[in-house]
Formats: sequence, structure tokens, C-alpha cells
Amino acid sequence: MSDATNLRAFRAPTDEAPLARWLLIGFAALALAILVFAPLIVIFAEALSKGWSAALSSLNNRDALAAIRLTLLVAAIAVPVNVVFGIAAAWFITRFDFRGKAFLITLIDLPFSVSPVVAGLCIVLLFGANTVIGSWLVAMGFPIVFALPGIVLATIFVTFPFVARELIPVMIEQGRAEEEAALTLGASGWHMFFTVTLPNIRWALLYGVLLCNARAMGEFGAVAVVSGKIRGQTTTMPVMIEMFYNEYLSVAAFSMAALLAFLALVTLLLKTLLEQRHAAGLSASRKSH
Amino acid sequence: MHIQIDEISRDFGATAALTPVSLNIPSGALVALLGPSGSGKTTLLRILGGLEYPSSGRVLFDGQDATGLSVQERRAGFVFQSYALFRHMTVFENIAYGLRARPRAQRPPRPEIARRVTKLLELIQLPGIGDRYPSQLSGGQRQRVALARALAIEPRMLLLDEPFGALDARVRKELRQGLRDIHDETGLTTVFVTHDQEEAMELADLVVVMSMGRIEQIGKPTDIRARPATEFVRGFIGA
Repeated sequence: MSDATNLRAFRAPTDEAPLARWLLIGFAALALAILVFAPLIVIFAEALSKGWSAALSSLNNRDALAAIRLTLLVAAIAVPVNVVFGIAAAWFITRFDFRGKAFLITLIDLPFSVSPVVAGLCIVLLFGANTVIGSWLVAMGFPIVFALPGIVLATIFVTFPFVARELIPVMIEQGRAEEEAALTLGASGWHMFFTVTLPNIRWALLYGVLLCNARAMGEFGAVAVVSGKIRGQTTTMPVMIEMFYNEYLSVAAFSMAALLAFLALVTLLLKTLLEQRHAAGLSASRKSH
Repeated sequence: MHIQIDEISRDFGATAALTPVSLNIPSGALVALLGPSGSGKTTLLRILGGLEYPSSGRVLFDGQDATGLSVQERRAGFVFQSYALFRHMTVFENIAYGLRARPRAQRPPRPEIARRVTKLLELIQLPGIGDRYPSQLSGGQRQRVALARALAIEPRMLLLDEPFGALDARVRKELRQGLRDIHDETGLTTVFVTHDQEEAMELADLVVVMSMGRIEQIGKPTDIRARPATEFVRGFIGA
């Protein structure tokens, strides 16, 4: 027996046996097909069941367009706000030692563990028209519940953890040394932030923004409670989908759902493209020093 | 620049990193802060650089109280233990960083920055690596780039935290001489932290032996070898 054939019989200790490997891959592929691809196909198939024109015309009415506009507007407000909050929170947690740090981290995670419906109800109970604050705000001509501010508040609450959660581990891993180096070289705090901190966290930040955006556009529970579901005024895309569906307008419901899924897919595509384009710089800057 | 450390102490919560220490560093000296980990040597260096504040005591630069000066105002060239090069910038951009960070009125024009960076790359004997990223350099090259970056701001003093800690023995010897040469050429007051007594003895004009947040002995390498002041010093330098 030659050495070569002898060697081939060995495999790395971390490799699985071929049977186990194929079983695992097969199981993962099956789960992916059932849980991810099948629903996507169903949505697009149902939306296009009566043809492109029927799908498009079902979205081309005042209420549906208002819902699309509202969803994009809410995301356009909530995402930047959470980017600022997220960076500030991650900065505070990773760069300073203080009492109650663990509690603050738990607090940031709170929106993950609290049901969105409960979050929505809290906003209604706090700012509803029959509360002290709420009635005063209504009198001032600035209602929160059943209006845009409530929807934005609910969305910000639900999407709060995404940016901070992405940034905290990255910023812990990177440590303070590069930032301190910038300061000793005479950079002001802001200059240091924009030239050293931000470039180092940009990929984690982008990822957090995309997750935050996807969730902001897709949030149903909390928004459904605070929006009051006023057609053409406070209905976001997910709420509108439910209304269409309950009214047996299945083409309209699925067309709207397909559009929402499409928006999510576009953000994913954008991320992949950006990563590919900057792959070289990414690997250069990611290597440890 | 003449540096005086006057009764500096530093507590982290209940633990004292530095019990009041005083030290006089003459202008143009090359000083080693020598001690085991936890002896307070890095804390003292960071206090000099303005990255840490003392709980009490004063720091004087050329006789002027500098305790309240911000890290930017101190203009200390600081070389960090793992070099802390900006990984998303080229070597050129790393070295130019301090000049570009200056307010517009004090910022040298672009060609002047390029000229100075080129000159520094020659000083550290690495001409032509300006376009590379830190990840593409060897440990010894990174250390020298970190030194060039610190020198670019025309510092008033040079502070180095375990500058040879992460290098293998051969490179370490080479760079030791490199630091000595740069010190002699620039005449900058230089303080470096090390736990390696051989390194301290060979390189420094003045060695400060520290332990448990106290200064055990200050002296020329030959004096410390010949007359260790305490049992600790005797044990630590293996005399």
C-alpha cells in the first residue's frame, strides 16, 4: 500500500463522516426550502395569480399608495434616530465603566423580549386621548396615538436594539487603543470619531441599519395597536396587508406583501453588493494587527 | 523637555495603582520605567501622556504645571503596546494623520505633509512602504511606523508603552538600536515602559525600578546593578 492511499483514508478531526455531512446539509436545505423559499414563492405566485396588471392596479389606489408612503416615511425617521441612539448607546457601554452597566444592556434588549403589542398598548396608555398627557397634546394639535408620531414611536421602540446590538461586540473587540492614538496625535473628539471610530465600525453599522430598516418596514403588532388603522392615514404596509386580506382582496393583499418582501430583498442585495465591492479593503482592515 | 512628576498618585476604586511617586526627568534623557506587571509603570506613562488623570499630585513640563493639559495639548508622541495603527489607513495616511488632524490654520499644505512623511519613512529606514496597509507589515515594521506616526506631530516628548514587547528576540535587538539612534538624532526626552530588565539596562540613561505602585530605585544602569537599593530590586534585576 502506498503512502498516498494511506493518507487519503485520514480526515481532519473536525470533519464529519460523509453520511453525517450529507444528512446535515440535506436537513438544512429542507428547512430553508420550507421556511424561507416556499413562503416567498407563494407570496409572489398569489400576487401574480391574475397577472401583472391586476397586481399593479390593486396597489394603484389612494389607500394602498398612502400605506406605502407612510411605511417609507416611518422607516426614514425611525432608522436614522436609531442609528444615532445605537451608536451613542454602544459608545457609552463599551467606552466607559459605570455602575448599572449590565442593567443598561438588559434595558437595550428589552424590546426583543417585550411583545410588540404590549409596547403599542403602553404608548396608548401613556399618550392616549383620555390620559392627561394625551389630552393636552391633542389640545395642542399634536396627537400621538392614532397618528404618525405614535407609529414612529412604536417603530423606534421595536427596532431600538438592532444597531446597538451589532455595534457593542465589534467595539469591545476593537478596544480603545486606536482612538487613544488619534487623541495623542492631536485629533479632537469628533475628528477621532469620524476618522477612526466610524470607519472601524462601518460594516457592523451597515448591517445593523439594514436589520433595523427591514424590521421598521415590517413591524405589525405595535403599529397596529397605536395606529387605529385609519385607512389612507395611519395604515402602514403590514397593517394594510392584513386589512386587504380580511376583506378577501387576496390579490391586493399578496401584491402588497410581495412589495414588502421585495423591499427587504433589495436591502439584502444592497448589502451583498457593498460587501463584494469593498471585499479587498474589508479583508485588509479586518486582519488583526 | 524637562519633566517633573510631583507626588503623583492614582487610585482605581479601592486599589491604589500609584502611591505618591516623584520623579525628575532631565531634558533629552532616555528613561526606562522598569517593573513587573501591576507595578504602575504603564499608569504613570499614561498620566504623562494625558490619557489618564492622577488622583493627586502634579506634572510639570519645563517647570510649568501641565496636570490640567488635555491629551491633545500635551503633544506627546505616544507609541502603544500593540502599536494601534489605524488599520483602515495606509502607512502614509497613518503617519500623516496627526498633521491632517490639525486645525486648518496650522495644517501644513499637502506637498509639505507628503515631504514630511517621506522624510520620516526614510528616518525609520522603510522608504517606499507608504502605500501598504498595517496588516501587510511585519511586527518590526509596524513598530517603526508607529514610531514615525508619533514623531510626525513634532512632539515635545516621546512615550513608549512596551515598545518591543510583541517582537521576537532578533528584531527586538535591532529596534532597540533604532530607538537609541532616533532618540540621539531628535534629542527628544523619551520615556519607555518595559518589564525586561536587560532591555532597560542596555538602552536607558536612567532606569526607574517600580513595584506595587512605588518607585524602588532611580539610577544609572551601572549604579543599579552595582548597588541595588532594596531586596526587590536585587531580585528583579537578578544581581
